[in-house]
Order: sequence, then structure tokens, then C-alpha cells
Amino acid sequence: MSEDVSAAMSPARGVAFRGGGFLPAPRPLYSWLAFPVLLTLWQAALSFGWVSPVFLPAPTDIAVALWRLTVSGALWQNLSVSLLRIGFGWIIGSALGFVAGLAMGLSSRGRAVGMPLVSALYPIPKIALLPLLILWLGIGEAPKIATIAAGVFFPTAIAAFSGVDAVPRSLIRMAQSFDLPMAAILRKVVLPAALPSILAGCRISVSTALLLVVSAEMIGAEFGLGAFLLAEGNLSRPDELMAGVVVVSLLGLGFGALIGLAEKALLTWR
Amino acid sequence: MDLIVEVKRHAYDRLTVLEDVSLTVRGGEIVAVIGPSGCGKSTLLGIAGGILAPSAGSVRIEGAPPADCLNPLTYVFQDFALLPWRSVADNVAFPLEHHRLPRGERERRVMDALRRTGLADVAGVLPKQLSGGMRQRVGIARALVVRPAVLLMDEPLSALDAQTRELLIEDFLDLLLREQVAAIYVTHNFAEALRLADRIVVLSRRPGRIKDVVAIPLPQRERGAASAQAELAELGARLWSLIRDDASIAEREVADV
Ligand SMILES: Nc1ncnc2c1ncn2[C@@H]1O[C@H](COP(=O)(O)OP(=O)(O)OP(=O)(O)O)[C@@H](O)[C@H]1O
Ligand SMILES: [Mg+2]
Repeated sequence: MSEDVSAAMSPARGVAFRGGGFLPAPRPLYSWLAFPVLLTLWQAALSFGWVSPVFLPAPTDIAVALWRLTVSGALWQNLSVSLLRIGFGWIIGSALGFVAGLAMGLSSRGRAVGMPLVSALYPIPKIALLPLLILWLGIGEAPKIATIAAGVFFPTAIAAFSGVDAVPRSLIRMAQSFDLPMAAILRKVVLPAALPSILAGCRISVSTALLLVVSAEMIGAEFGLGAFLLAEGNLSRPDELMAGVVVVSLLGLGFGALIGLAEKALLTWR
Repeated sequence: MDLIVEVKRHAYDRLTVLEDVSLTVRGGEIVAVIGPSGCGKSTLLGIAGGILAPSAGSVRIEGAPPADCLNPLTYVFQDFALLPWRSVADNVAFPLEHHRLPRGERERRVMDALRRTGLADVAGVLPKQLSGGMRQRVGIARALVVRPAVLLMDEPLSALDAQTRELLIEDFLDLLLREQVAAIYVTHNFAEALRLADRIVVLSRRPGRIKDVVAIPLPQRERGAASAQAELAELGARLWSLIRDDASIAEREVADV
């Protein structure tokens, strides 16, 4: 009844669609085009003389420099030293951070002690500690590795802590209700449940390690990517300098991809 | 085997949750516990199974559990509590892994539990691939695999939709009667309590005390019959009259946090 009346009073109108936008959709073509377009513009800027090669070398020049450095062995000489430092620093920092994070996640005392310390020390740029560490540990590899380890420690500890803290209580209760020993609960319930958070922490810690190795090597090192970049800058060789920057960037991408693989292999259950 | 729960008092900090709640479950008996929300039902169940220590009171077992029983008091959880990284079969095997069993016994028990809960076809599947009802079946299979004497079930169906509940409750009943397992079954749902229980313990609002114990004389197998409905409806009305005022007050309560 009432519908008929209202229909008679006003003419029918369509309801306009207003739910568009704000939805992420995959656009793979754009991703693939972004790099070539950028490189082409960059190359054009130099070929047409809009920018001087003294300030910015052309992509082709950088590629040539990269090839030259690879063939001469200079690249590997520096890269291998940096990789070793990252490797040692990351493993030490991760191991310590993991243990500290677990202690904070599992024990109330650990949390009470650890939380204020971590909150106070995490924001310190770890590179600021390098001079102090050199005073303590001498001028060899130790202070650089220690700086990286300190940088890696905090994100790892925080990730491990929040991962353990977020393990559903009901899963732990369940395991306890079947009389599982503590160690088995830790191994079979807590660690697997915390793994996603721990791997997310790894993503942050590897980029921190990369950042710190370059910075530390710029402050004082004979070899390494940071030392190389600094030397090339001092010698005003922008093409080789940029080649070094490209290597650092590729290294970061490579680490990210490794973590991505680990996530894919270990977290299929999510 | 009998389970005797005697809670004189239980409090979280200064909030008293249970007072003078005693409850005995004899072999094979199904006891439902109902009461307004927040009255301490989950707390009572936690105390009964030894994962909460009562502020004052005790829990005892009298008589021996079945010979092959590995965990006399076994929970079935409202949120299923499955390990999402383990397959169905591995979830069911979980409570056996830290026990020494004769060769092949573990696999035999797991297969047996899967078969009895209708999960044999999905043994290799991850929990995320299953519907809620199937997940709770895994929870049941994991409980059966240890051959429990008393199942402690905290609203095992309340995370499921109404139709799945209807299907599962019949399966629960079949299993409980066939295996002669006793159970404490906590629920908000009168129909579930009336379908399953030999006795229904009605708790008052917090601090929970036993307000009444309603026995259902009718055997479970006969409760589906049309002739039984009048009697069940009468019992349901009695439950509701016991609980209504408390429930309405509990529902308006503002949490003090
Ligand atoms: N760990 C805890 N710490 C403090 N208070 C708690 C804790 N667990 C439960 N409570 C409180 O104790 C009271 C009883 O909780 P309980 O979970 O036993 O009630 P319930 O009857 O199972 O409720 P529901 O029907 O909502 O499941 C509630 O008021 C709750 O907020
Ligand atoms: Mg509850």
C-alpha cells in the first residue's frame, strides 16, 4: 500500500554507485614499468645534456663501472669484507636478541628488567656508539661487528618478545592440560606461534645491519662497501660511487628476498 | 572413576567469583553447568581440571581411571585451541607425543580417534582449511585420543552456527554414551543442557553459588521423541525461572576494570 503511494508521488530514480576507490588492486604492469621508465628518463637527461655527468653519471656509465669493478676484483674485495661483518654481527645480535626477547616474553621478572632497558636503549643510533666501542675493543673488526650486533639486537629482542607475548593463552592452557613439560610447550607451541613475528623482526634487523656496516666502514675501515664509497667520493669518481650504491641496494633486496623465501617455506599454515 | 570438586571460594584479586560450589561427577555421568555470564562457569571448569588453583577448596579423584587412560581430565575448548601449523592428524597426535607408547600404538590411537569423529578423510589437512564444526571435531578427537575419564567442555559449540550446533550435539551425545565418558558441560544454551545432561547445575550470578540442581530422569536416547517434549519444555521453563532474574542483573552489570 504505502509503496504504491510513494511511487505515485515521486518519479523512479536509479541509485548511483558510490562505493568506489580505496580498494587495493594488483597492478603488475605498473610495477614492471616503473624501473625502465625511470632509467630511460635518467639516461635521456644525461644524453641530452640536461644534467652534467660530474654530478650524476648516466645509467650506462654506472653499468660500465660496475662491470669494471667486478672484473678487477675490487668489488668482491670490498663486498666480501662487508658480508663477513654483517654475517658475524647479525648472528651475534640475533642470537642475543632472541634470548633476551624470549626471557622478556616468558618471565615476568625478565619483562620487568628488560622492558625499560630496551625502551631506553633502542632509540640510540648505534653508530654513535662506534667511537666508544673502538675505545673498548681496539680498532680491528670487533667494534664494527659489535655495532652491527647492537643494532640487530633490539629489533630482534622486540620481535621475539612481542611474538611470545602474543601466543594465544588458550594454546598454552591446552598444552598444560595435557601435562606437557615446560620445554615441550616452549618448543612445540610458543616458538612456532612466535615465528611469524620473529621473521618480521629479521626483515628489520637485516636492513639495520646493512645500514650500520656501511656507516661503520665509512668511519674507519680499509676495505668494505662503506670504505669503498667514501674513497670513490674523495676521488670524485661518481660512476664507481654509484656502482657501489647499486650494490648496496641489491644486497638489501637480496636479504629481503631470502627472508621472503624463509617465510614462504615456514609459514604456509597462516 | 569419580571426580569431586569442592570449591569453598575462588577470587581473582578482590573479585570473588565462586562461593561454596561442590560438584561430584560419577563415572559416565554428564553434568551440565549453566548460569548467567560472568558467574564463574569457566573458572569452575578450570579448577575442576587443575589448570586453576582455587583460593580455598580442593579437587579429588576417587577410583581408578580406565586402564589405557593417559589424561583422566581432558578439556574441549570453546575456541578449539588447535595448533594452526599442524595437520589434523598431528593435532590429534599432540597429546600422545610426550608419552612412551608401544610401537604403532600412537598411530593406532590417532586413526581410531579420527575415525570415531568422522575425520579420517581430512587427516592431512590444516585447520585453516576446515569449517568451524570440523575444527571442533578435531578438538574432540584430540580429547578422545587420550581415553579420558571426564571430558571438561567449556561452551564447545558456542563458536559455531546454529545448524552446525544441532549436528554436532547429536555426535557428542553418541560419543559420550558409546564411550561411557563422563563430562562436565558448561553452556549458556538450555536446549544443549536438556539434550545431554543427566543433571543440570544452575549457578547464581557472581559470586556463583549453586542455586539448584535439576535432574533429568529421562534417558538421553528417548529425549528426541515427541512424547518427551512436554516434559523437557517444563524443565526448560523451570531453568529459565531459576536464572532469569540473575541473568537480567548480570547483563546490566558494568565491569569494574
Ligand atoms: N584471569 C582472570 N583475572 C581476573 N578476573 C577474571 C579472570 N578470569 C575471569 N575473571 C572474572 O571472573 C568472573 C568469572 O569469569 P568466568 O570466565 O569464570 O565466567 P563465566 O561464567 O565462564 O562467564 P561467561 O558466561 O561469559 O563465559 C568474570 O567477572 C571475569 O571477568
Ligand atoms: Mg566462560
